[in-house]
Amino acid sequence: MNKSADRIASKHDAGKQALEAVAGNGLIDRRALLGRGVLLAGAMGTGIAPSAASAEPLTDGPWSLEIGEATPPYQLRSKFEAKVVRTLSNPDNEPRNSHARTPHHLLEGITTPNGLHFTINHGGIPAIDPEQHRLVIHGLVKQPLEFSLETLSRYPQVSRVTFLECGGNSAPMFSPEPMQETVQALHGLVSCAEWTGVKLSTLLEETGIDPKAKWLVAEGADSPHLSRSVPVKKALDDAMIALYQNGERLMPGNGYPMRLLLPGYEGNMNVKFLRRIKLIEQPAMTMYESRTYSQILPDGKAYRFYFLQEVKSFITSPSHGMALKGPGLFEVSGIAYSGAGRIEKVMVSADGGKSWGQAALQEPVLSKAFTRFRMPWRWDGGPATLQSRAWDEAGNVQPTRAEFVAVRGELTKPPPVLAFPNQHYNSITSWGVGTSGEVKHVYA
Amino acid sequence: MFTPRPILVATALLLATTATVSLAETPHLGKPLDEAAIANWDISILPDGTGLPRGSGTPAQGAPIFAEKCSACHGDNAKGGVAAALVDDRKLAGISASQKTIKNFWPYATTVFDFIRRAMPFTAPRSLSDDEVYALTAYILAENKLIDANDTMNAETLPKVKMPNRDNFIIRFPDRI
Repeated sequence: MNKSADRIASKHDAGKQALEAVAGNGLIDRRALLGRGVLLAGAMGTGIAPSAASAEPLTDGPWSLEIGEATPPYQLRSKFEAKVVRTLSNPDNEPRNSHARTPHHLLEGITTPNGLHFTINHGGIPAIDPEQHRLVIHGLVKQPLEFSLETLSRYPQVSRVTFLECGGNSAPMFSPEPMQETVQALHGLVSCAEWTGVKLSTLLEETGIDPKAKWLVAEGADSPHLSRSVPVKKALDDAMIALYQNGERLMPGNGYPMRLLLPGYEGNMNVKFLRRIKLIEQPAMTMYESRTYSQILPDGKAYRFYFLQEVKSFITSPSHGMALKGPGLFEVSGIAYSGAGRIEKVMVSADGGKSWGQAALQEPVLSKAFTRFRMPWRWDGGPATLQSRAWDEAGNVQPTRAEFVAVRGELTKPPPVLAFPNQHYNSITSWGVGTSGEVKHVYA
Repeated sequence: MFTPRPILVATALLLATTATVSLAETPHLGKPLDEAAIANWDISILPDGTGLPRGSGTPAQGAPIFAEKCSACHGDNAKGGVAAALVDDRKLAGISASQKTIKNFWPYATTVFDFIRRAMPFTAPRSLSDDEVYALTAYILAENKLIDANDTMNAETLPKVKMPNRDNFIIRFPDRI
């Protein structure tokens, strides 16, 4: 299907009619988005010219006629945006873990605002005094060292825009039937931010590494002392001790005052409230790696050390729970990412995968970061099934649901939406559009 | 046109210095510590038993500690409550994580000790003595019939407990290790 889509695109490259459909059921050439707005409006409008006759005269709102509010030292969003919030699994902080999911359907671009970044905490959010917090690196090193937040701030800082995704994100998709849930409920345990801090390799240069060290075990200062084993290979590649999130200090729920950041790797490994790194010869087989983040396969065996968050995409608008107000031109918009590198391309279908058109990728397209894709679509008012499918630069393709289930299996009945019955789900998400415009989660 | 020699030399020196700084020099602000100073934080247990502390415990010693400090969440006799059952005979069936039990899934008994010691009781982590952690570990393993009721768990015996599911795992991406 990829090849046929490329053929359609190359037909356009030959310079023919720029705004013709690139795939079935109303998908329009992505280049209609790039500097062809006027032409698009003229050519692709609904054909219903708005009437000017009945328009009321414009008036000033009260806010235009009085002095506004004082400027605060730390500004918060408009009170009219109060509905743009994370959904919580444990608002009363009962003695169990707590999830907060990102509302992707209410956001745009590639950066998740800090207040809306997803979190999972396993013993509440610790109130860490940054002046007393310490990071210790020890074990199979030449010289164990202790760092404070202040000393780390004097090391060379690096920034990296990267997504973080819980290994259990999208777990409701293991259901044998499509759960009627929003993109926030299905895929809200992934977010993307600019993280700034110190490369772990810089600190390991100072401690020295015993050649016997093949792993490190990272541990948090939270009440469960959450602990995960990480290959030294990753530590010396692109791991960092993150101190800042989108330019300000880490949010408390995201690991304040410092966390391990392992770009592209399972969220739980990115140990928050990081206080200790011990270099070791063998993995520690902590509970989170030997039990929780080991995924049962249909034959009864289980994966261990999955680590990688594989190539994935989903459409955020339109998506489940939205309603299209009449036929016409819409922009299909969504997020693609891969723990293995940059997004190479995203294909979009409006007919449940029968035909595909290539989406526009919004710059910048960064390695292991959210990439925003967009696709113009003219809805004719009939049934449609919207899908997106991503490819990464390493050649990995997001699997269809059938391909995924053939390998990983599915549940026998729908799970509770907040449960994590299995992990590392990355296949295609489908949104069905009904003739009345309502958008629902479907399998296609 | 020619550049006077002293400026050339100065430029070359400056470049050399800059290159050295950017490649090799780091602030060296870490405070050296010895392992003794870290010991109180160093609670990592490896599956071969590395890191297990001195001390010991038996299932009989663990039972009353469990009843007092654990059963409110994990249920009487560890059969489950608001928190997971720790004693469960079910076989692994299907792909749901809800099927995982200590007996049918956990590959290493050392992990039981490690997790109790670092994270339990949920509302008072790190409040148990090492002997109590050994006793609770022994109690849970014995109730699951993974050790005998009279076995003592300590740094020697715990790593030798053979967990039934140990060899049932597949490393997902071996080249990433």
